[in-house]
Amino acid sequence: MSISIEDVKKIAQLARIKLTSEEERRHAETISAVLDYMKILNEVDTKGVKQTSQVTGLEDVVREDAPRDCEFKKEIIEQMPAVRENELVVPGVFENAEEEL
Amino acid sequence: MNLNELTIKQAQEGLQKGKFSSVEITQACLKKIKERNKVINAFLTVCEESALEEAKIADGLIKEGSASPLTGIPFAVKDAICTAGVRSTGSAKILDNYIPPFDATVISKIRKQGGVLIGKNNCDAFGHGASNENSMYGPVRNPRDTSKVAGGSSGGSAAAVADNMCIYSIAEDTGGSIRQPASFCGVVGLRPSYGRNSRHGIMPMGSSLDTVGPMTKTVEDMAIVMREIAGNDPLDATTVPDAVPDYLDGIEEKIKGMKIGIPKEYYDLEGLDDEVKEITEKQIDKLKKLGCEVEEVSLPHTKYSIAVYYIIVPSEDSSNLGRLDGIRYGARANGKDLYDLYAQSRAQGFPEEVKRRILIGTYALSAGYYDAYYKKAQTVRTLIKNDFDDVFKKVDALITPTSPFPAFGIGEKQNDPLAMYMADVMVSPAAVAGMPAISIPVGNNSKGLPVGAQITGPRLKEKIILKIANNLK
Repeated sequence: MSISIEDVKKIAQLARIKLTSEEERRHAETISAVLDYMKILNEVDTKGVKQTSQVTGLEDVVREDAPRDCEFKKEIIEQMPAVRENELVVPGVFENAEEEL
Repeated sequence: MNLNELTIKQAQEGLQKGKFSSVEITQACLKKIKERNKVINAFLTVCEESALEEAKIADGLIKEGSASPLTGIPFAVKDAICTAGVRSTGSAKILDNYIPPFDATVISKIRKQGGVLIGKNNCDAFGHGASNENSMYGPVRNPRDTSKVAGGSSGGSAAAVADNMCIYSIAEDTGGSIRQPASFCGVVGLRPSYGRNSRHGIMPMGSSLDTVGPMTKTVEDMAIVMREIAGNDPLDATTVPDAVPDYLDGIEEKIKGMKIGIPKEYYDLEGLDDEVKEITEKQIDKLKKLGCEVEEVSLPHTKYSIAVYYIIVPSEDSSNLGRLDGIRYGARANGKDLYDLYAQSRAQGFPEEVKRRILIGTYALSAGYYDAYYKKAQTVRTLIKNDFDDVFKKVDALITPTSPFPAFGIGEKQNDPLAMYMADVMVSPAAVAGMPAISIPVGNNSKGLPVGAQITGPRLKEKIILKIANNLK
């Protein structure tokens, strides 16, 4: 297999997804099959070929860097999972860091 | 004829002449949804009340003589496209209760004209799939044979149009998500050139490939909708400044003398269904009868497009879907700390295929593998694009099947992701190269399942492929 269950655990941790052990096993198997298939690209000689990251040819499309009013503040706040006095509530970011210190 | 079965063209004419009202068309669509949606599962949200209100307003506009081309015509929208005030889940539980504060630009253009939003279509979660079985709200069933899939990822959009639950729909095509379900359900589906239509307000998947396009009952309807929604948008910096042509103008013209390429790699493909091949070849004969010059051409890197596509898209996916973390909107799971909150919210809110794509992308972009996967794919992408650029120096357009096979059984490929990925073999090359391509229904196989033909043209030449498609109707 191209990638092991240990690899899957590591990537899942980087991607912030909690997996069950059954999921880890299944992903290792199916992703290995997919990655094995990708080896077909090794047949292609790409020496000197440039990468294509976009197809329009547009460059440096910018807008004025100026503040604008938000038309729907109320609607945005309504979508927040936890709100206190019109502000988003999130778990403490530094709690763990403090423990480690 | 029931009003929900109308084309856009027929609806426009009838509304103008006062033969029927927008409220009546809307009621007919809502009635059809009520009868059929339990089986087909094409809609996740039905806007019964607001649609009727919008229809009343549209009838007012028509009466006072200020109607636009899409005024009063009921349309549906893929659930991975944001609609202001109307729940948009992307078919994933992480956005189960998400109500966007704004409309995607293409939707806003239609709603400003008084278009009637009838509801939101089921799809593969965030567009990840080729069968609509990756929706967390259950698969969409093919209206022609309910034991078969509707295709994906825009399966709900295709089924809704095919089953006359709406007059047309707006969907999204990253690697075939409009064209393949269009072919499975027997409707018309267009992937526009990359950059032609704004993606502002679309839940992003593979940003360097994502496009928004319509699904309609006729080619003429496709031209009508494209004319209204295409164009540059300051909110999507990838949209091109090129003027939007009148896609309807000249669509009835003859195509005598046009050069059509038959790419041999598509017709020689292992796994191409005999009946699909035969039905598509009949279209080639038809093109010859219409006076087209048909010649065999070669796109030598075709067989690499699935590998290229399924590296680039998961890579871009893994970055794009990072925004869905339970913090600012969407479902937030309980976690013992911040990391756990992210990891649990994403575990509960994403289906298996979304997780798989994020994992593949995270792997392909990680240090040590970036060159072997992502960079390699982006280089082979150049060769695929060059194939198209070269071939379009010789011919005006290409004709191929849209899918190597007709709609397959529900559950048939679900446990084999690679087999599911291979379903995109004929639709992914144009996507990787950024070319426009349309799928049109060209017949049924012996079991009564629709078969679609795909016409691909050079960048921004939607007009050419619409004209060819219209001549084949």
